[in-house]
Amino acid sequence: MLKYILKRLLHMIPILLGITLISFAVIHLAPGKPTDLMLQLNPKVDFEAREKLNRIYGFDKPLYVQYLNWMKKLSRLDFGKSFIDNRPVIEKIRERLPITIFINVLAMTTIFLLSIPIGIKSAVRRGSVFDKTTTVFVFLGFAAPSFWLGLLLMSFFGVRLGILPVSGIASLDFENFSTLGKIADVSKHLILPVAVASIGGLAGVSRYMRQSMLNVISQDYIKTARAKGLPEKTVIYKHALRNALLPIITILGLSIPGLISGSVILETIFSIPGMGRLMVESVFTRDYNVIMAGLVISALLTLIGNLIADIAYVHADPRIRYKR
Amino acid sequence: MRNPTRSLQSNIQKIPLFFIIAVFFLLYLTTPSANGDRSSPDTILPDERPVPAEPVYGDAFVVGQIGDARTLVPILASDSPSSYIVALVFNGLLKYDKNVELIGDLAESWTIEDDGLSIVFFLRRNVKWHDGHPFTAKDVEFTYKSIIDPNVPTPYSGDFKMIKTLAVIDDYTVKITYKEPFAPGLTSWGMPIMPKHILEGQDLLTTDFARNPIGTGPYKFKRWKTGERIDLVSNHEYFRHRPYIDRYIYRVIPDTATMFLELKTGGIDEMGLTPLQFTRQTDTAFFKKRFQKFKYPSFGYTFLAYNLKDEKFMDKNVRQALNYAVDKNEIIDGVLLGQGRVCTGQFVPESWAFNKDVKPWPYDPKKAKVMLKESGWQDTDRDGWLDKNGKIFEFTILTNQGNETRRQTAEIMQRRLRDIGVKVNIRILEWSVFLNEFVNKKRFEAIILGWGLGREPDCFDIFHSSKTKEGEFNFISYSNSEIDRLLIEGRRTFDREKRKEIYNRIHEILYTDQPYMFLYIPDSLVAVDSRFQGIEVSPIGIGYNFIDWWVPKARQRYRY
Repeated sequence: MLKYILKRLLHMIPILLGITLISFAVIHLAPGKPTDLMLQLNPKVDFEAREKLNRIYGFDKPLYVQYLNWMKKLSRLDFGKSFIDNRPVIEKIRERLPITIFINVLAMTTIFLLSIPIGIKSAVRRGSVFDKTTTVFVFLGFAAPSFWLGLLLMSFFGVRLGILPVSGIASLDFENFSTLGKIADVSKHLILPVAVASIGGLAGVSRYMRQSMLNVISQDYIKTARAKGLPEKTVIYKHALRNALLPIITILGLSIPGLISGSVILETIFSIPGMGRLMVESVFTRDYNVIMAGLVISALLTLIGNLIADIAYVHADPRIRYKR
Repeated sequence: MRNPTRSLQSNIQKIPLFFIIAVFFLLYLTTPSANGDRSSPDTILPDERPVPAEPVYGDAFVVGQIGDARTLVPILASDSPSSYIVALVFNGLLKYDKNVELIGDLAESWTIEDDGLSIVFFLRRNVKWHDGHPFTAKDVEFTYKSIIDPNVPTPYSGDFKMIKTLAVIDDYTVKITYKEPFAPGLTSWGMPIMPKHILEGQDLLTTDFARNPIGTGPYKFKRWKTGERIDLVSNHEYFRHRPYIDRYIYRVIPDTATMFLELKTGGIDEMGLTPLQFTRQTDTAFFKKRFQKFKYPSFGYTFLAYNLKDEKFMDKNVRQALNYAVDKNEIIDGVLLGQGRVCTGQFVPESWAFNKDVKPWPYDPKKAKVMLKESGWQDTDRDGWLDKNGKIFEFTILTNQGNETRRQTAEIMQRRLRDIGVKVNIRILEWSVFLNEFVNKKRFEAIILGWGLGREPDCFDIFHSSKTKEGEFNFISYSNSEIDRLLIEGRRTFDREKRKEIYNRIHEILYTDQPYMFLYIPDSLVAVDSRFQGIEVSPIGIGYNFIDWWVPKARQRYRY
């Protein structure tokens, strides 16, 4: 087991290297430099000033030199500095990451808590009114663009009813609140973003759950269980569920990188200073170091997510074994 | 397969909530909004309650902006959010008053000496930095040295490179000598001055001053939550007077639709409106009661620039014809919903350089057709498009993504030019690509862009024939010897009346020459919460007297 994990971890190194190389090349292929936006179209910014900036940041060097310099720093776990404000990239990410992870964990918990029961119920009572209505609503939620849904909820709960804040993650006079007041304030601010983030994911997971449950309950061993006269609850929850959950583990593993990358649309609409916004702003301003750090971190998490899913399989399904 | 009939109670308890939300939604979509009713045209004034005339201290002003600041080191702050905060925390030696005239800020007065070669600034004596340290001429010298330091990536070094020497005569007198008389130099001293006693010896790129600045301005920096908000508090020792509003809160709200909802719920007190929001969405009784709306001209304009190296556009007659063929008023009505004015050149009407005698040419497609015929463009093969030497008159307008008004402007032009037989294609490009691959490399036929202008009319960088290298601003390759001469003369002349003559002439030549098709000057549209008193609209907007804004005690929303 340990040997397997070690081997998998070692395999990650060349993959990661490949990812950084390709990402670096692709990012630099896009026309433009970080210095463009810094200067915008300001007639008071002359050409020499721009050349000076390019020289200071090293954009006048050949691409492979820039890559090697970047790799050299990375080997010391240094992601460099942002070209936009000269702050260490890692500091910028550390600032943005917690809120993104927090919202995504909440959203994922909501998604799994809601969609697993929905999936089971739809499968068990396939073709029933419940099955059909949830299918319709879940897909409506899936199809509705999240910015539209977000704005609609904001306008309804925030402007018309005035019971929830429109955007942001804390009130303006947040410092004056007691600890309990602070928790209540943040919770209030998080209700809408978490709801919007969850509605989109509900469809996928509940459909997977339904399908996988349907597969399982048509198996012979379920018939056997029922023939033995076991109560329906035991059949579904003890015998069927465990097998039906396997594909869900895969999805869970695949969702881990999403925890980090965040959702640009959600964070923009709700004015949440998270990773998604940081990444997109960085792409638009060609802030190479921040983009690369974001890509490396999410690539790493994807690989780790896959590994965790593989390990979890073994625990959930005795039929799967490690092989050399 | 059989369906189990027993229900799974525990699992469906969460479902009804979902249904309720869905039903609410449907109801919400089908009922008219409470505050969406249009009011009758006879307007309700922002606040009809009598207010005491004596200003009082207190309350906070919350502004919503789409972007966060980057650095608060003044000479490195080039994006508008950073400049916005810097302007509240720092002062320059000079500033513009509400009539667009230069007045002293940190400088009490100044004289021009040696036939315009030198400027002597006499500084205020009672100014203190936010940490209590006195402000002196040494700070001015330090700021200048930082700007011209080759290792400091400041975008503002251009004007300061014209300086030969800067001499500190005493603690409150500075003499600046230029290599040659340089009138725009005066305006460049609006540059915020930085504290020497804090920044000396520090690397401006990495200093924590960038996120914790100390200035001389009306507001002191308090806190910065990245991507979320920046808090400023009033400077009780400000050398003019203590600002009435105690706090200034800058909120980052990246989505304009969200920002508008925040405005309606009182989450922010001020935001810039789009023409659509200004004319339609804020025309409600609710809005008029809660907000005051302001409209003032922006210092900038939108234009269609021709590549003058392109054979079609080398012909001045052709450029003039195209100017007759496009109806600018139609663009203003259609795209800006009437919230703008026709542009007749490089200068806006609020500028002293503006030439009143230059009148916009009328929309006259017939005349345009005749003029194009004179230049050899006519429809010989009767296919609907003009042609010359077997080639039809066709060109592509490029513009950048994310600017709807520019795209719509291009579409209206496309339609109007089709009427006279000119084929126009439109291509929208991402900003960075647009700038690097097309504008800077001059790979375009025509582009739609806008200039944001300073108050100083010098436009040497935009129209002088020496500024056509890759990445410079005369990307249309405009070359006119008279303009070249006038631009240099304008830089060397300090006398306002003489300068006015020079720039009036430049204005006139540019409009007849049509290197750009000058399109429109959009209006700035702003809504401010009605509790703020003392706001006065001027040619430079509303923010210039912010320290005089105040809120009556009974209406103050935030207490500290």
